[in-house]
Amino acid sequence: MSAVPQIAPAPGASTTRRKKRERPRTTGGWLPYLLIAPAVIFELAIHLIPMAVGVWMSFIQLTKFFIRNWSAAPFVGLKNYRVAVDFNGIVGQRLLQSFLVTCAFSALAVLFAWALGMLAAVVLQKEFKGRAFFRTLFLVPYALPAYAGIITWNFMLQRDTGLVNHILVDQLHLTDTRPFWLIGNNAFVSLVVVAIWRLWPFAFLTIMAGLQSIPQDVYEAAEVDGARPLKAWRMITLPMLRPVNTVLIFVLFLWTFCDFNTPFVLFGSAQPPAGDLISFHIYNASFLTWNFGSGAAMSCLLLIFLMIVTGLYLALTNRRSANA
Amino acid sequence: MRDTTASRILRWVVLTFLTIFTTVPLYVMATSSLKPLGDVQGAFTWLPSHLTYQPFVSMWSTVPLAHYFVNSIIVATVATVVSVFIAILAAYAVSRFHFHGRSTFTTTILSTQMFPGVLFLLPLFLIFVNIDTSLGIKLVGTRIGLIITYLTFSLPFSIWMLVGYFDGIPRDLDDAALVDGASRWKTLWQIVLPAALPGVISVAIYSFMTSWGEVLFASVMTTDENRTLAVGLRQYATQTNVYWNEIMAASLVVSVPVVVGFLLAQRHLVAGMTAGAVK
Repeated sequence: MSAVPQIAPAPGASTTRRKKRERPRTTGGWLPYLLIAPAVIFELAIHLIPMAVGVWMSFIQLTKFFIRNWSAAPFVGLKNYRVAVDFNGIVGQRLLQSFLVTCAFSALAVLFAWALGMLAAVVLQKEFKGRAFFRTLFLVPYALPAYAGIITWNFMLQRDTGLVNHILVDQLHLTDTRPFWLIGNNAFVSLVVVAIWRLWPFAFLTIMAGLQSIPQDVYEAAEVDGARPLKAWRMITLPMLRPVNTVLIFVLFLWTFCDFNTPFVLFGSAQPPAGDLISFHIYNASFLTWNFGSGAAMSCLLLIFLMIVTGLYLALTNRRSANA
Repeated sequence: MRDTTASRILRWVVLTFLTIFTTVPLYVMATSSLKPLGDVQGAFTWLPSHLTYQPFVSMWSTVPLAHYFVNSIIVATVATVVSVFIAILAAYAVSRFHFHGRSTFTTTILSTQMFPGVLFLLPLFLIFVNIDTSLGIKLVGTRIGLIITYLTFSLPFSIWMLVGYFDGIPRDLDDAALVDGASRWKTLWQIVLPAALPGVISVAIYSFMTSWGEVLFASVMTTDENRTLAVGLRQYATQTNVYWNEIMAASLVVSVPVVVGFLLAQRHLVAGMTAGAVK
């Protein structure tokens, strides 16, 4: 369980906590406050105040008539929320569908990104010729600006001119009719594949860093005991990487669940229901109809959901480390 | 561990698959950018019918790409410089002083990183619109609006990573400089910062990449005036013809600077980012 402190030299976390106990007095007077002031001001202005405003917005009837004079928008209490979670109404139904699509998308993308990252990290664990080359190559999708990578996939997934149908239909003759990949139900598959392509390098990097903290002699001892590679992976690598994996999967979940770029660049204004991820859904619900009150209510629901998941995650990891 | 035949085969299979998966889109991007328009309007071909650099020439006139380029460069550069400067100050405070609210500050800053942009996009947009109507300061449709938004996106990561770097620099250095009569300000810029230079450069590259690739806020807060590349590339698709060869050429051109930067700073960035994930 030593992987965390080694790959995460958490700045000052443990040392300062100890120091604080030794000398609780403050140093520097007003100077540190002056130094953090710009950061505080910008964070307040761009993140924290807008989020508070967002909560307030969710309680008012903020339609396009009130955008420029929002103080005139009538207070409607929980109405925006009631509409958003009324699953018999069209708005609620679409939101629920978007939520379910996002859950499925997130689960698949995280699972495959993690699995590919793990595979790559394990086969590159040992030194061999060309290792550095693969390591660098695998980073490229992650380093590419999101829109540049996704727009290329958009081209590849075009029905008549794309590479995917060229391989599937013209070269492998798997189907006679050329399937659509960016509308209809196939949009979901496209979304998952593109997200995995962009995300797995990050899983690879993180797992690779985690692997470096596992001492080589553990493996040698296992080998002397006659453990085969698969068993060594299951008995050594997996348990030793557990803290890394927990955080990695949580971060991957947050990213995929809130992913906006992939559906936005892939589908543009088409918005196929099967590819309607929650961020994309809220964006369209707000900016196509200019009903900001309703969009803000959906945002708050998303925030509540993310906070519940984060709370569960923290409870789970804390209990685990308390048990350990 | 000894290399068994099985593990060597596994390695070969995995690496082949991942190399294909990784490089096919890169290959499509590169080859399509060298195809004549006819090639990308018909069925896909693995190779251009003939090589042409024409897409790299005409991509500038199909849409005002140069204008988007200038916007992106200005926005990303200014946001990076300001963000790194603010992060250096804050990180120095967190690393070198004990003050009330220190842990509240770091926790709050880091947690803002967690929330998806769509949560504060609507209210921020509204606030910007209302600042315009009440104070006459235009923030939607101007570079300055994008700059102040973007600089906060990389701030949490930058502060967090720089605190790590500053913590690794012995305090004795500061103390010696202070004893010699240097001011705190001078100590920070002339003693501590040079020692943390790799960290500062990585943070700057990360910051630049964040602004360069941002799509969500750019799609709402830009007009023809301040449009950045992230949304500017979509303009190719709105023409009567979809010039896929030019889109690929433009994608390639906008990607090269950040990919090169990332790969150059790889070692430092990766250490910071993976640690960030494990925090």
